[in-house]
Amino acid sequence: MKKRVVILVIGEDKVGIVYNISKVLFENNINIEDVTQKVLDTKIFTMTMLVDMSKSKISISDLRKEFEVVSKEINVRIDLHHEDLFYSMHRV
Amino acid sequence: MLNSNLSIDEILETSEMLYDQMLDIRTLTMGISLLNPKLNSKSIDQLCDFLSGLGKRFIDAAKEIEEELGVSIVNKRISITPITVAFPRFEPKFYVEFAKKLDQTLKDINIDFLGGFSAFITKGMSPQDRALFSALPEILSSTERICSSCEAGNSKYGINVSSIKEVATMLRETSIATRESDGVGCAKFVVFANAVNDNPFMAGAFHGIGEIDHSINVGISGPGVIENVIERNKDSDILELADHIKRASFKITRLGELVGRKAAKILGIRFGSVDISLAPTPRENDSVAGVLEAIGVPCVGYPGTTGALALLTDAVKKGGAMASSRVGGLSGAFIPVSEDLGMISAVKNGSLCIEKLEAMTAVCSVGLDMIAVPGTTSVDTLSSIILDELSIGVFTNKTTGVRIIPVPNKKAGDMAYFGGLLGYSPILPVKNVKKSKLIERGGMIPAPITSLRN
Repeated sequence: MKKRVVILVIGEDKVGIVYNISKVLFENNINIEDVTQKVLDTKIFTMTMLVDMSKSKISISDLRKEFEVVSKEINVRIDLHHEDLFYSMHRV
Repeated sequence: MLNSNLSIDEILETSEMLYDQMLDIRTLTMGISLLNPKLNSKSIDQLCDFLSGLGKRFIDAAKEIEEELGVSIVNKRISITPITVAFPRFEPKFYVEFAKKLDQTLKDINIDFLGGFSAFITKGMSPQDRALFSALPEILSSTERICSSCEAGNSKYGINVSSIKEVATMLRETSIATRESDGVGCAKFVVFANAVNDNPFMAGAFHGIGEIDHSINVGISGPGVIENVIERNKDSDILELADHIKRASFKITRLGELVGRKAAKILGIRFGSVDISLAPTPRENDSVAGVLEAIGVPCVGYPGTTGALALLTDAVKKGGAMASSRVGGLSGAFIPVSEDLGMISAVKNGSLCIEKLEAMTAVCSVGLDMIAVPGTTSVDTLSSIILDELSIGVFTNKTTGVRIIPVPNKKAGDMAYFGGLLGYSPILPVKNVKKSKLIERGGMIPAPITSLRN
C-alpha cells in the first residue's frame, strides 16, 4: 500500500533547492510521484511534491528531522504532511 | 498536482492555517468507562494502574498521529465516568486519596488533564455527592490535573438553587485554599446546566453514563482561521460572510474528524465525536473576540456583539455539521475571558462586563467561562450569578456552564494570573450583596413548560 506524503517547500528562490530536496528523497529510497512548482512575485519559490514512502525504511518523523537540517542549510521552509490531511480538508 | 488532484493553492491554504493561523487540535480526549465489573473491588493503586495502561497507549497513538500528519495535538486528556456514579462513597477521604494518586499517575504518563470528579445534583445531593463536595477544596488545591464538574440544572427537571449554594460555598473554600495562586483551584471546576456526555474540553469533560467502554472525542481550535477568512472578505455582506465562515469551519472540522478517526483506529476503539466549538488561547491570532471584531463589532462588549456572536456560532455549526458524521460535545463557541487576548483587553478597557458576557452566552453556549471576580464576592452573589447563567441553559434547552474564580485579596480591576493556557484576567466588578432572599429560600426552580414533551 502506498504511503503518500506531501512536501511543501517555501523560500527565497535560489539555485539548488530541487536538488537538495530530491537528494534526501533519493538517499532514503522515496519515490517522487508528482511535483508542482511556481515562483510567486518573482522571488518566493514554492514547490509541492507528492512522494511515496512505502518502500523507504525511514519514518516520517525521521525524514522531517533530515529536512530540518536541509532547511537550515539552504534557508527554506520544508513541511511534511500525510496526504490524508489535504484530502480530508479539501474534498467532500 | 496530477496524481492527487490537489492544487498547490489548496496545499498552501492548509499550510497557512497550520503555521500562520494557529490551527491545531486543541484536545484529544479519551473517554474511559469505570462502570466495569472488573473494577468493582480494585484498590486505588490498581485503578491508577488500569488508567495508566490505557493512558500510555493513548499518548503513543496521539504522538503517532502528530508525526504522520504534521499537526500539533496540544492537549491529551482523559475523561472518566463521573466518580460519584462509578464509586459512590460516604467518605471524602476516598476521593481525596484517589485524586492525589491519580494526579501523580497523570504526570508520569504526560496526560494533561483528567475530568470526571463529577456529580449530578439537579435533584439534590446524595451522600456520595456531599462526600465529593467536602473533598473538592482539598482535591482542587492539592492536585494539578484533576478536573471536576457538576450538573445543578437541566431542561427536564429544573434548577436546584440549594445545590447551587453548595457549589458556591465549595468554590469560596477552594479559592481560599489556593489563595497563593489567585484561586486557581476554581478554574478546574465547572457547574453546568444540561451537561453533555461526550465533551472533550476541560474542566467539564466526563465519560457519560451510557457511553460504551472507551471512546475518542476531539476538540479543535480555529479562531485564527475564521478571523483570517473574515479579514480577506472585507466587502462581503453578512450573508456572504456566513457562507465564508461555513466553508472555513468545514475544513477545520474535517481535520478534527481525521484525527479522531485515526486515533480510534490505532487504539481499536470507537470514535466518539468532534466538538466544533471555536476554542481560543491567550496567544496572538487565536481569539474569538478577534473574530467578532473582524466581523465588525467596534470592540467586544459593545452593542452588536451578541448579534455577531450568533452569526458566528451558527455558521460554524452549519459548516461543522456537514464536515463530520459525529458532531457532539458542547459545539458552540467558547468565550473564556482569561484565555482570550481580545476578551482580556476588552475587560481591561471597560467595554466588556459580566452582564454582557451573560447575554452573549444566550447565543453561543458555553457559559460564563474563566470569570475572575473579587475575593469578597459573597456565597449568595456567586450563587445568584450561577443561577442566572444556568437559567439561560435550562430555559433555552442548551448547555451552559459557569467557571468563576473568586480571587482572594484582590478587587475589581486588579489582575489575576492563572498560568499556562488558563491565562490571566482583570478582575470583573460584580454587584455584590451579603445575603440574597432568593438564594436563602432554597429549593428548586421547576422545569420550563417545554419539558413536557411526551
